[in-house]
Amino acid sequence: MFENLSERLQATFDRLGRAGKLTENDVDTAMREVRLALLEADVALPVVKNFVKRVKERAIGAEVTKSLKPGQQVVKIVHEELIETLGDPGRLSFSGSTKPHVIMLVGLQGSGKTTTAAKLAVHLRKEGRQPFLIAADTYRPAAVDQLVTLAKQINVPYHEEGTRSRPADICANGLKAAKDGGAAVAILDTAGRLQIDDTLMSELEEIKRRTNPAEILLVADSMTGQEAVHIAEGFNQRVGITGLILTKIDGDARGGAAISMREVTGVPIKFLGTAEKLDGFEVFHPDRLASRILGMGDVLTLIEKAEAAYDEQEALKLQKKLMENQFTLQDFLEQLQKIRKMGSFTQMLGMIPGMNRFKNDIDEEDVEKRLKRVEAIINSMTATERNNPKILNASRRQRIARGSGVEVRDVNDVLKQFRDMQKLMGQLRKGRMPRIPGMMR
Amino acid sequence: MGIFRSGLSKTRQSFFGRITQMLGQSEIDEDTWDDVEAILIQADLGVATTQQVMDDLKTRVKREGITRTDQLQPVLKQILRELLDFPPPMNISGRPLSIILIVGVNGSGKTTSIAKLANRLNRAGRKVMLAAGDTFRAAAIEQLQTWGERVGVPVIAGKPGGDPAALVYDATASANARSNDILIIDTAGRLHTNYNLMEELAKIRSVSRKVIADAPHEVLLVLDGTTGQNALQQAQKFRELVDVTGVIVTKLDGTAKGGMVFAIFTELGLPVHYVGLGEKVDDLVLFNPDNFVDSLFDEN
Repeated sequence: MFENLSERLQATFDRLGRAGKLTENDVDTAMREVRLALLEADVALPVVKNFVKRVKERAIGAEVTKSLKPGQQVVKIVHEELIETLGDPGRLSFSGSTKPHVIMLVGLQGSGKTTTAAKLAVHLRKEGRQPFLIAADTYRPAAVDQLVTLAKQINVPYHEEGTRSRPADICANGLKAAKDGGAAVAILDTAGRLQIDDTLMSELEEIKRRTNPAEILLVADSMTGQEAVHIAEGFNQRVGITGLILTKIDGDARGGAAISMREVTGVPIKFLGTAEKLDGFEVFHPDRLASRILGMGDVLTLIEKAEAAYDEQEALKLQKKLMENQFTLQDFLEQLQKIRKMGSFTQMLGMIPGMNRFKNDIDEEDVEKRLKRVEAIINSMTATERNNPKILNASRRQRIARGSGVEVRDVNDVLKQFRDMQKLMGQLRKGRMPRIPGMMR
Repeated sequence: MGIFRSGLSKTRQSFFGRITQMLGQSEIDEDTWDDVEAILIQADLGVATTQQVMDDLKTRVKREGITRTDQLQPVLKQILRELLDFPPPMNISGRPLSIILIVGVNGSGKTTSIAKLANRLNRAGRKVMLAAGDTFRAAAIEQLQTWGERVGVPVIAGKPGGDPAALVYDATASANARSNDILIIDTAGRLHTNYNLMEELAKIRSVSRKVIADAPHEVLLVLDGTTGQNALQQAQKFRELVDVTGVIVTKLDGTAKGGMVFAIFTELGLPVHYVGLGEKVDDLVLFNPDNFVDSLFDEN
């Protein structure tokens, strides 16, 4: 599993031992990792190939910014290209159509069309447009009942004719009923079907002819694998889709199907289904989905925050100190302040891939309080003490405890943490990856 | 083989139909490996399994002195076949009442699979009863009831929004009273990442355990055949919480390849019991790895 593309890329670059401009060789090596990461995220192979080609062109010769390592630089390019590929969030468009505008939902069995129809109705009503639901799935047992139950639940008018009429007739009749009822938008819930099922695809064509939809939205499961390209192509060729809705995005699938479908159809992603509850419906954000596909949480936001909090000169100075083991309590204090500048601890933890699950275990207030206490303790020390903590004898510690309003053992704790940190720096110098002590206790 | 083959014919054409085309009869070179890898990846085998198969294939090709692309297919076929196995018989005999619990994410095809399974068992002379444990999704109870009528098996249902665990209790008592010998429990679709709903599922399982000590006797995870790599995470999570004993893979009548079956069996040891090949009540067939791999290799 690729927990973090950024880390993997950095490891690759560390092996190469390069810095500065990205050479073609660097990029080739990196692209292999990118390719694997995208395949792991279920992006379809032909789409991966095109994508990697585009990223490569952008990456070769790209200047590595001072604050980013080459691996991070490549991730940034990949991420940007991914956002571009995913495109802007698509809005519903009813131009050139008369009321009631028709939205036709199509897709495979079990992709979530009926639930989406109800969610879409709620969404439209929030926007001030009167929705209307039409139950055209006459195949799946109780599909009509399901839509009717949902319509009643959200108090939206609907049309149904049971399961005996032809779906195209139901849609045409439903549209008349919607018009008579003064609805602004009629949503057609069609039966799930395979894109290769000729009979059922013809049925969709007929429904389209008779209702002239302003929007034909493909409802697709975000957990779909390589099959995504065939599904999207199939539906697009037969009925010409105008947009995508990705469902079940609240699972942990990486959602590579989104890129596959977007790339082969060129139509925008319009909404995401985020939960089974009827308000679990969101306008799509390309940047969030891009991060998710790369399996990097919001690591980019973290990179940006780190960029903002540190400047290059300071970073170099700190690095030098660390290397020469001159890291003092004063430096410790400054680092703490920078970390606090970057945002709340749990917020940051949530941005780090794989750390999200610890988020709930941490008492934010407690962490903040502790960080503040450490700051107060160091602030109560003299400059000499901060630069040479060895001189901190019992009476000095008592004075510091009084000055910062804590117990002596709190002062001892901070000093212990500081020594741990020094040890950790020592390990870092020797090239080992240490555990971070203190924070998680 | 019959139905299994016809259902998988599309899969076959798009999967190994191409391999013969692509591989033709020429010397093995870098492109050959790329082509084989592409085929495996596009069948949703996943990066890890694909790499494992590729390594294995390369080793055997070297060892056996194979140089031509047309000799690759039987070796590849053998490697893939060795990764799979026949499912063991389901543990649903030798006691007055056996319980099968059906679980899975939303829209994977649980209810339809239950109807098909009930039909199979019914025709095999078993006395099947269904419990409509999906009390959450609108009209899920009606859906199961409609199927029950079509297949001719009784359905025990509670109220929409009711406690599914309580229903399981009632259904078990009812099955015993009517001397049914198999009870299949439908459950609401839930994403494996939803902690509360997964806990609820664990509760359903423990309730059935209170009624019959070693129940449920089978816990079958229904997986959508079009699912990609996430299928493995689903299987892991459901196994962790409710001790899944096997898998039903649905929607393999399309062009989907169902390649995630390999990882689920090799990494989690979960056997595939049945494959869903359509919406009709007969479209559920026993998983047979020979047929599975054979059908994939047949050309027409």
